[in-house]
Amino acid sequence: MTWYAVLGALEQGLVYGIMAVGVYLTFRILDFPDLTVDGSLPLGASITALALTSGINPFIALVLSIAGGFLAGMVTAILNTKLKVLHLLASILTMIALYSINIRIMDGPNVSLLAVDTVFDPLIELGIPGHLASTVVFIGVAALIVIGVVWFLYTELGMSILATGDNSQMITSQGVNTHTMIILGVGLSNALVALSGSLIAQNQGASDVNMGVGTIVAGLASVIVGETVLGDKTIPRAIIAVLAGSVIYRLAIAMALGLELGEFSVSPSDLNLITAILVVIALTAPTIKKKLKLS
Amino acid sequence: MITISNLIKYFHKGSVNEILALDGISLEVKDGDFITVIGSNGAGKSTLLNCIAGTYAIDSGSIKASGQDITVWPEYKRAKLIARVFQDPLLGTCASASIEQNLALAYKRGQKRGLAFGVKSRDRGFFRQELKQLGLGLEDRLLDTAGLLSGGQRQALTMLMATLIRPDILLLDEHVAALDPKTAHQVLELTREIVKQKKLTTLMVTHQMKHALQLGNRLMMLHRGKIILDVRDEEKGKLEVKDLLAKFYEVQGEELSNDKMLLA
Repeated sequence: MTWYAVLGALEQGLVYGIMAVGVYLTFRILDFPDLTVDGSLPLGASITALALTSGINPFIALVLSIAGGFLAGMVTAILNTKLKVLHLLASILTMIALYSINIRIMDGPNVSLLAVDTVFDPLIELGIPGHLASTVVFIGVAALIVIGVVWFLYTELGMSILATGDNSQMITSQGVNTHTMIILGVGLSNALVALSGSLIAQNQGASDVNMGVGTIVAGLASVIVGETVLGDKTIPRAIIAVLAGSVIYRLAIAMALGLELGEFSVSPSDLNLITAILVVIALTAPTIKKKLKLS
Repeated sequence: MITISNLIKYFHKGSVNEILALDGISLEVKDGDFITVIGSNGAGKSTLLNCIAGTYAIDSGSIKASGQDITVWPEYKRAKLIARVFQDPLLGTCASASIEQNLALAYKRGQKRGLAFGVKSRDRGFFRQELKQLGLGLEDRLLDTAGLLSGGQRQALTMLMATLIRPDILLLDEHVAALDPKTAHQVLELTREIVKQKKLTTLMVTHQMKHALQLGNRLMMLHRGKIILDVRDEEKGKLEVKDLLAKFYEVQGEELSNDKMLLA
């Protein structure tokens, strides 16, 4: 692996890591398996594409994407809490709906963003080369997100969301409306995913309606790899672990792509299979370990 | 104060499994009443508590508490007035949160929650002092997660959390049934202490007739969704286990003879 590939994996790991922190919020904190993310990542990208091509400031485009993601998450959560649709199904419905919505937003399946201003421009104007500028921005944004999410989970509201996922009967009898907490939590999660989508689109110079395929699996892989490597004893540790897990996951992919076994070589289209197998192993390892011990 | 009138609660209404769990319960609980509720399995004791707390929606009747009609209030809104301790020690506390976080969550019962830090440093002294009353050494373990505690410790913590802010009504649903006898005794003593000290209006469901007789100033027996015995103060003081058993057999005997009639 070249240094260039390592740097690329770090860059990708950080920007997708923001998405993975969002997945952590739903999957681990709220115990709400949320597939909306496959639609809200391209939603962030689509909103950004529309905003940037309309000449809106790229930083405002980030804010608009965050708002869009939050709304998408809210829709899923409202379907689940108020209308009693199973959480998994609710999120699939929102995801499917977002496919059409994203194409409407972009007025087509994809938009090129090569000739527009992006959030990396201020750094590039300072003389920092393009690929480093994006890494610097991603480090900055990821650090802000980690600090922000950790802080939030220690506030009254954040603790109530934590308790909602852990013991909804307990927190209800403390006077918290768990529906509101789920709507807020899933909204926040998707806001982060859309932010990630916006940054990815600005970085790769294009927004594509299909860029969200497999987001949830990549997010889960990052969460689980992070937990295995760094542990999840405390909240700050768990969230840093998710980010680290995302970077490790991208490194692993970069390595897998270079893999050659005689005639056979791994192609990018094999990635989803590799990721799915990785997640299955990580999810089932504890159960299998137990069974082996018993027999 | 709670006023319940003609409360009816069905389970699986309209299906073959339809059960009439509460059959027109009317009940007046005065401020400061400590009522122990007994009855055989399926008598409706826990259902009654769950209906008061708002976990179950009722089919008809009305519930008033502290001068407000709370019949259609959702459970979380009733938490402003009502605090609970459950039979399952795991239900009352948040396992992944620390002891102080659990207390902080309870210290905001029924109030708006915002973006201030959940655990305020100014409250820690108060939490320690309250935990000290439990005599379990939890005051030195504020940062331990509740999941590390034993069932008895968690139940004691839940008891403290329920009364950290004085509730208008305290509901105890067989809260010592899942504990070993020694721990059960400790938690029961703690209950007596806290209820007396804070003069709480309390409903306590129990399977143990002994506990029902030892605690409280009023005793109720439920059978098939109806209140079949309701005694208070001096009259309750005179009750003994054998009186309660006699009452049990009386109603169960009725059932038996009814069955015989059916079969004949």
